[in-house]
Amino acid sequence: MGNRFESVQAVRDGLKEVNYLADDGIASVAFLADRLGKPVLVEGPAGTGKTQLAKSIAELTGARLIRLQCYEGLDESKALYEWNYKKQLLRIQADKNSDSWSDVQDDIFSEEFLLTRPLLEAIRADDPVVLLIDEVDRVEMETEALLLEILSEYQVSIPELGTITAKQIPLVFLTSNNTRELSEALKRRCLYLHVDYPDLEREKLIVLTKVEGISEHLADQVARIVRNIRQLDLKKSPSVSETLDWARTLMLLGIEHIDAEQAKETLHILLKYQTDIAKAVKELSSDK
Amino acid sequence: MLDLMAGFVAELRSAGLPVSLTENLDAMEAIRQIPIEDRDAFKYALGATLVKNSAHWKAFETVFEVYFSLRGPEYSIKDEDSPDEFWREMQDQMRQGEGKGGGGAMDSLTQEEMMNLLMRALMNGDQAMMRAMARQAVQRFAGMEPGRPVGGTYYLYRTLRNLDLENMLDKLQDAQRETATEPLTDLEERLNKDEMESRIEKFKQEIEAEIRRKLVADRGAEAMAKTLRKPLPEDVEFMHASRDEMANLKKALYPLTRKIAARLTRKRRKGRKGPLDFRNTVRHSLAYGGVPAEPKFRSPRPSKPELMVVADISGSVAAFARFTLMLVYALQGQFSKVRSFVFIDGLDEVTEYFKSTEDIAEAIHRVNTEADVVWVDGHSDYGHAFEVFWEKYGRDVNAKTTVLLLGDARNNYHAAQSWVVKEIKKNAKSVYWLNPEPRSYWNTGDSIVGEYGNHTDGVYECRNLRQLEAFVEKLV
Repeated sequence: MGNRFESVQAVRDGLKEVNYLADDGIASVAFLADRLGKPVLVEGPAGTGKTQLAKSIAELTGARLIRLQCYEGLDESKALYEWNYKKQLLRIQADKNSDSWSDVQDDIFSEEFLLTRPLLEAIRADDPVVLLIDEVDRVEMETEALLLEILSEYQVSIPELGTITAKQIPLVFLTSNNTRELSEALKRRCLYLHVDYPDLEREKLIVLTKVEGISEHLADQVARIVRNIRQLDLKKSPSVSETLDWARTLMLLGIEHIDAEQAKETLHILLKYQTDIAKAVKELSSDK
Repeated sequence: MLDLMAGFVAELRSAGLPVSLTENLDAMEAIRQIPIEDRDAFKYALGATLVKNSAHWKAFETVFEVYFSLRGPEYSIKDEDSPDEFWREMQDQMRQGEGKGGGGAMDSLTQEEMMNLLMRALMNGDQAMMRAMARQAVQRFAGMEPGRPVGGTYYLYRTLRNLDLENMLDKLQDAQRETATEPLTDLEERLNKDEMESRIEKFKQEIEAEIRRKLVADRGAEAMAKTLRKPLPEDVEFMHASRDEMANLKKALYPLTRKIAARLTRKRRKGRKGPLDFRNTVRHSLAYGGVPAEPKFRSPRPSKPELMVVADISGSVAAFARFTLMLVYALQGQFSKVRSFVFIDGLDEVTEYFKSTEDIAEAIHRVNTEADVVWVDGHSDYGHAFEVFWEKYGRDVNAKTTVLLLGDARNNYHAAQSWVVKEIKKNAKSVYWLNPEPRSYWNTGDSIVGEYGNHTDGVYECRNLRQLEAFVEKLV
């Protein structure tokens, strides 16, 4: 199994260097993923840095990131591999008379006519790779099954060519927004990581690292107000990326110290529903 | 270690978490990689391998606390010779605490001195100090005796009563106002208050953990885990949910509706294939040299059902009714039309409340306060309510309508008027009854669900979120 990281602490420090602030859970699971050679299923609300985690790990380990964006209707030919049908047709037509059938057959189902898609590419790669399967909850239940072989055995079976096994075990991250329950079979093969909204301290640090030139005082205020808003019963709580957008906006406006008025005027950056904004405005202006 | 893990996993399973054999093996492999001394990492290692649903995390944490947090000398794990990290940490804090306390052991502090210390710890957000204080507080106030058969909540109550944390919040805010160089704005005050509240909440959790630790030492992990076992969110019964559990349920509701909606749309779109799509077939035949080798079909568009919800909102089943209404309205897009009625002994239409606002919680609030549902005495009278429904709205029930009747059918021995249900059934597409009571209670006492049930297409037991979810999916 892999030995990319020394210890949990090393993962944490490493991620910090590439500007990703991990908490204990994230660091431990990333460490385990490497040691046990298992894929990680990352779940959590939108905009909490699930995709960014995979990107940062790739940056940290100096690996190439291969990304498979999932969507409804994704199938084998988009995820795994496809035969280059047109090229095969040309090959057959090019020398109609010369070869016997078996020669042609051997020929047109060779590597030359294989189009690799992300999953196969990750398996066949010689250089270190991180495979990111994004928003896996968007594919249908049945399509999930085609991921199973690759996730547990790190291999792909192509009927005409045989089984292709990975030369090295890549780190695999699957992300899900939890719009549907994933199948037991998939979950069983993965380590599970739930990424929630960060706590106050971590959010403040994130704002400090990601927004250049922000003062500690403002970052603290931003984090506190966002926490306050997240406690409300909202349709969509502000995500970390929205927090960052908000902090940047405040910086652009040259605000050093937020008061209730300014907060209310810029709320539409944090919240995207009119009812949510109304609620937050009420919350911010109400006296205790 | 092996024994401990076996007990741990067994307890997780009895708490309702589905832990498979392979996951168990993974966990074993995982903890070989991470030393038990690194408590947080160790916990997450177990969590990542054993818990595959974020809603189950709380249950996992509780069990983990019980099995692994008590690491005092009398409970050392055999294959581990080094002195226990956690224990040492504790003692360090105690020593630090003594230092700040101005000499003398913490035990000899007066109550007042102790409160001051606590206040300072909370002010500075000093985690270590807070933990030490929690320990001290439990030792001092909880009055724990080995073998005494009382629950942890009793000790918790005793400790908190003595600490008087309500006043602490005010004092903390006063102190903060004094230390600030310039007067604080309203917003800042609010934010400060939030912060202090969350710190006090943390302190309470420390106390709880401390009590739990002591109880585990006294009674053993297995017995303790049993008393702490709580149903998972999806298994909490509507009729007996505590306030906390209800809040959790509400939080779980929104993601759930999103999930159901996504699944239903998908199902509707897939479903049975429709008639041949000629144009599409010809287009695809080009790839096969004009041979229509791959026939394409139109996707069917089944019509969405119309829904009428008639809910009993009298005390005993109010929570259930509110919950179901919320769920139904969150899923509005899945129905072509939703109308809702609530009753106790009178009946009122509340569709307008939901139409006028986007905020379901607010609409529910209006239902509770404004709807005119009391006719005589405010005790459930299904018979009268149904009669009114039939008289006023009966003609709106047509072949496209699905009618949902919600309630426990405890009619207080009034006339049943079950002919109304029969009439509705005659006109409507289908009629279902959802009952939040356990099946074994049906038709006992004044419950006449059987009498109504005979005229419906089905009576369903809906005690928890899991059952409700299953029903809604069947419905659409």
